[in-house]
Amino acid sequence: MDARPYARLDDVSLYYGDKVVLKNCSLDIMEGAITCVIGLSGAGKSTILRLLDALRKPDEGHVYIGDRDICHTPETELIEVRRKIALSFQFAALLDSLTIGENVGLPLRENTQQPEAEIRQIVEDALDSVGLAHTYDNLPSELSGGMLKRAGFARAIVTKPDLVLYDEPTTGLDPIVTHLITDMIVRLRKKLGGTAVVISHDLQSIFMMADYVAMLFEGAIIAYGTVEEIKRSPNPIVQQFLEGSEVGPIPI
Amino acid sequence: MKLLDGLGKGTIETLEYAGGITQLAGESVGFIATLRIRFGETLSQCYLLGVQSLIIVLLTSLFTGMVFSLESANQAVQYGVGSLVGGAVAYTSVRELGPMLSAVVVAGRVGAAIAAEIGSMVVTEQIEALRSMSLPPVRYLVVPRLLAMIIMLPLLAIFADVVSIVGGMWIANTYAHIGSADFISSARQTIGFPDVVKGLFKSVVFGIIIALVGAYQGLKTRGGAAGVGLATTGAVVTSIILIFVTNFIMSYMLYGTH
Repeated sequence: MDARPYARLDDVSLYYGDKVVLKNCSLDIMEGAITCVIGLSGAGKSTILRLLDALRKPDEGHVYIGDRDICHTPETELIEVRRKIALSFQFAALLDSLTIGENVGLPLRENTQQPEAEIRQIVEDALDSVGLAHTYDNLPSELSGGMLKRAGFARAIVTKPDLVLYDEPTTGLDPIVTHLITDMIVRLRKKLGGTAVVISHDLQSIFMMADYVAMLFEGAIIAYGTVEEIKRSPNPIVQQFLEGSEVGPIPI
Repeated sequence: MKLLDGLGKGTIETLEYAGGITQLAGESVGFIATLRIRFGETLSQCYLLGVQSLIIVLLTSLFTGMVFSLESANQAVQYGVGSLVGGAVAYTSVRELGPMLSAVVVAGRVGAAIAAEIGSMVVTEQIEALRSMSLPPVRYLVVPRLLAMIIMLPLLAIFADVVSIVGGMWIANTYAHIGSADFISSARQTIGFPDVVKGLFKSVVFGIIIALVGAYQGLKTRGGAAGVGLATTGAVVTSIILIFVTNFIMSYMLYGTH
């Protein structure tokens, strides 16, 4: 595993009106690794993904992709930055009006000059790799929640991005599909290489897939390390979160 | 003090809205000028927004032309100026009713549809997904709808003009016994090609208003279903008000100084 960070949040603060979402938050996303971010609901985990995908800019601090500070990159150049990053949304965010195949192939059809037959083959391969080979002509409304998430994964990986961001990939799914998706994230990262960031509450999944875990609490990263290091963390907030206990320093 | 606060807030909101629409228009023009246009989607929107609005535009224009003729024909005959009815109906249809009625009807149907579709896409993160895939939502969604409205609304207005005049002629003939030849002759003497062009110019402006207001309301949708509802209502109300206001301004500038 390479110890070099692929992306980095540097002393980032972000506010929604009076609400502090992130405060002096720093986080290294190691190249070639799966970094999982855990934390309470509404802690700002999904905001971290949007900062990394340059969909949002922080009020203070810097976000780096490689050595490039994307907070000070013009929107026209951010388009190029985003092409190397893919975000898999919590509810897939597939376009209702397009079929699954059209959704998955959208970034290729719109952003490249590849011939249609080639794109179709890439899309079919991507759908096959997430176990949805038969759904090319289905509309998103015809698929279950788990299938939609997998179609979202296919769309995320179809451009072979350097960094894949997964927003709550297992939330709301049954244990079997959760296991399937967790396994798929690990398999896709190994197959495609690159780096992944996963936001999740599902500790079992996180412990299965994470190379590094970061815990976000009250706008800042309060613990960071490998799965074993996090499990052994002396921080009472981390321990309360891992135990799912109502008793402890986390205000309920 | 509260009144002043309210006035100040209202002014700021209006300026923000105007600024937002102007920015959206600027971005759209940028994509159009550099020919970064999704032609297939634009054609598809021409059908969805334009062709599918044809029936409702024809019906409203037909009955409006008929009512106008009904109200004016008998009076005109009584005062011995029945030969002017054709001109009056054609004059109002081509210069005002055709462009404005078709725009108001389309604002209700299409403006609402654009705001609801884009608003739903905002609340289900589809717009954010587009941005994430390096697909600017303005190019992907707004430009095709804007171009479709610029192309289709003038065409709808032409149909509205024709149907309104034909309806008016039929009523004038059956109700006030004004001959079709007299009606047409009067219409031809009253309106000219410049009137038609000016009417179509108005339609282009109304098309821009409907598309941009609908898209802007959709893009600034917040919240869930309630937010989409508010965006839809806002799009229709704002479009219709702007259509009436700009219609007055354009009528004054195009015809009022004569």
